[in-house]
Amino acid sequence: MNPARGSLLGIEHLEAAEVLRLLKLARRMNPDKPRPLLKGRRVLLLFYESSTRTRSSFEIAAKSMGAHTILIQPIGSSIEKGESLLDTGYTVRAVGADIIVIRHPNAGAPYVMAQHIDVPVINAGDGLHEHPSQALLDAYTILRNKKTFKGLQVAIVGDIFHSRVARSACHLLSKFGVKIILCGPQELVPDIATTLAPGVRVTRHIEDALRGTDVVMLLRVQKERLSGMKIDLPEYIARYQMNPVRLKMAKKDAIVMHPGPIIRGLELTSEVADGAQARILEEVRNGVPMRMAILARAMGKMR
Amino acid sequence: MSAERNRSISPAASLLIKGGHLIDPAARIDASMDMLLKDGRVAEVAPPHKIKGGAEEKFDARGLIVTPGFIDLHVHLREPGQAHKETIATGTAAAAAGGFTSVCTMPNTVPVVDSVDWIEWLRQPERGAVVNVFALAGATQSSKGTALTDFRALHSAGAIAVTDDGKPILDDRIMREALVLGGELNFPVVQHAEDTRMTENCSMHAGARSFRLGLRGMTAAAEALIVERDVQLAMHIPNARLHVAHLSTADALKSVRRGKRAKARVTFEVTPHHFTLTDEDMRDYDSNYKMNPPLRSASDVEAILVALADGTVDAIATDHAPHAAHEKEMEFERAAFGITGLETALGLAITRLHREKHIPLARIVELFTAGPARCFDLRGRGSLVRGSIADVTVFDPKKKWTFDAAKSRSKSRNTPFDGWQLTGKVAATIVGGKIVYSG
Repeated sequence: MNPARGSLLGIEHLEAAEVLRLLKLARRMNPDKPRPLLKGRRVLLLFYESSTRTRSSFEIAAKSMGAHTILIQPIGSSIEKGESLLDTGYTVRAVGADIIVIRHPNAGAPYVMAQHIDVPVINAGDGLHEHPSQALLDAYTILRNKKTFKGLQVAIVGDIFHSRVARSACHLLSKFGVKIILCGPQELVPDIATTLAPGVRVTRHIEDALRGTDVVMLLRVQKERLSGMKIDLPEYIARYQMNPVRLKMAKKDAIVMHPGPIIRGLELTSEVADGAQARILEEVRNGVPMRMAILARAMGKMR
Repeated sequence: MSAERNRSISPAASLLIKGGHLIDPAARIDASMDMLLKDGRVAEVAPPHKIKGGAEEKFDARGLIVTPGFIDLHVHLREPGQAHKETIATGTAAAAAGGFTSVCTMPNTVPVVDSVDWIEWLRQPERGAVVNVFALAGATQSSKGTALTDFRALHSAGAIAVTDDGKPILDDRIMREALVLGGELNFPVVQHAEDTRMTENCSMHAGARSFRLGLRGMTAAAEALIVERDVQLAMHIPNARLHVAHLSTADALKSVRRGKRAKARVTFEVTPHHFTLTDEDMRDYDSNYKMNPPLRSASDVEAILVALADGTVDAIATDHAPHAAHEKEMEFERAAFGITGLETALGLAITRLHREKHIPLARIVELFTAGPARCFDLRGRGSLVRGSIADVTVFDPKKKWTFDAAKSRSKSRNTPFDGWQLTGKVAATIVGGKIVYSG
């Protein structure tokens, strides 16, 4: 079965025009003056993994448009009792779900769901694979600050290998010709990452990544996903931590982004996190209108 | 002594296969021949119309290729313990439909076939085998990799080789002991070559595609390192016999080539899926593309195709690994490894190797017959010289057909080849002189 219309499984196969339509729609979404586009609809939030930002902003987005939201997490549900992904999907569909928002530790889980369930499935992050709503809200944030993608250079610094945010961001930015520089040690930024999308380059040197860069996107070292990989944290901090001195190497008007959660003192210092160039909380705020647009699209309400 | 089951023989039957083209690589025959099978043996092979006297039954093989019965060195019949995936009855029915007259079943069952009792259980007529079943026994107790099983007893009971398939024999010392003891008994040690310390949580080949899909990848090195170690051991242990299961990488192939050049007793098999598909072929996290070893890179596939053509590969084996739908239709990373393969092997070999890559039919037949017979010393099989066991496969190398997994004789449907158009189809499978399948 093909995924239901309005599903958002990843950025990779989304057309550039569709990305632009979503970004345009998000600009017209105001959580404080919402239109009841989802009135009476049921949005099932199926979160197999912990989340603060993504979950709360999907929930606020859905509720502000008049939907009911139901949160299901492994603990306290039948998932804990060994119910399979698809059986949980069939169950929530039978309960009357109109949209399923799913976060899952396994790459591709939303695809499996979408191939079997006849309602729109929205990927809220699947393993190491994609995090499309994050990439969209980041693009939205970039456009609010930089007006256009044209001629932009974006440096993504940190744990690319374990980052679904980085994969989605590369796919999205590449569609608009953005120059993307991935920066970090070999273990976290394998050379093969350049095959992800056109315009992606890898460097081991932070200076090289920052020179001429308009957007510095930082990523957390995901200790929970290292799977036996050994990372020398003091060495990482010495070479890649974003501090005010390093940030000066980027363009003067460069902005600093981070999908969160941030770990102060590791991938960035507090001066950077709280500094004038940081847009980290703006990203979080933008997450709500962006996800309103994603949910509206899922229900065929693109106007 | 061997563990085959030949329950299909109807006594005193005779069968004349007329008008076919016989390819028997071991006997260096590639010519039009008639063949008389009698009392479970090959009674006569002669040019057309030269066989005198009648037969109770005749098979018209005009336009067809007649070959020794195909031997599959690597199948999972799932008994004991996993009859929801496959049984010996359903698995051997699928084998017959695929032209296989003999299959070698892997011991990674529940429990592991690591005792004489289980070897004997597999041979009981109640299992309902329709082709010959040869049993491999666990190389280590419960395939835990820590202590060898009783090779001597298992060998006497009819096991044809030992393996911990599904898992590697990882410990250097245990592998060495297995090859030493195996060498003394002329018993092949079959290795599933995967350094599992490097493949934790991995579900496909490590490459551009696994990176893109966010799936942890198994490196080629994880296979090649084990193969290199094992070949080194085999080169230095007198009479050791190493058989590398489902070899899938160019690097591992280099080690095997070196071992063979040094005259070590090293054999290996490759699967149809590893010479047909690459890691780029999986779409939408379809777990029918998930197997271990995984689909490899295009350059690995090219290296394997060269080795198939130049005579290095000893056998094509399917690694037929049936799983129930509920074990496959789930998160890719959690889904079971393995695909079915018995019914598509010949079609894939002819389509991919003969028609696309122009490998002669005689070489393909060798990979299904004489080659595998040599790997595990299956005496009286793999050739059709007079006096051989009357296991015969007849196929139409030109017939186009579409594989429909829903109609498979296997209990399971986990295959990436559903709906594939293939050329080359089995016309008849003859076990011990009796037709057990005709297509």
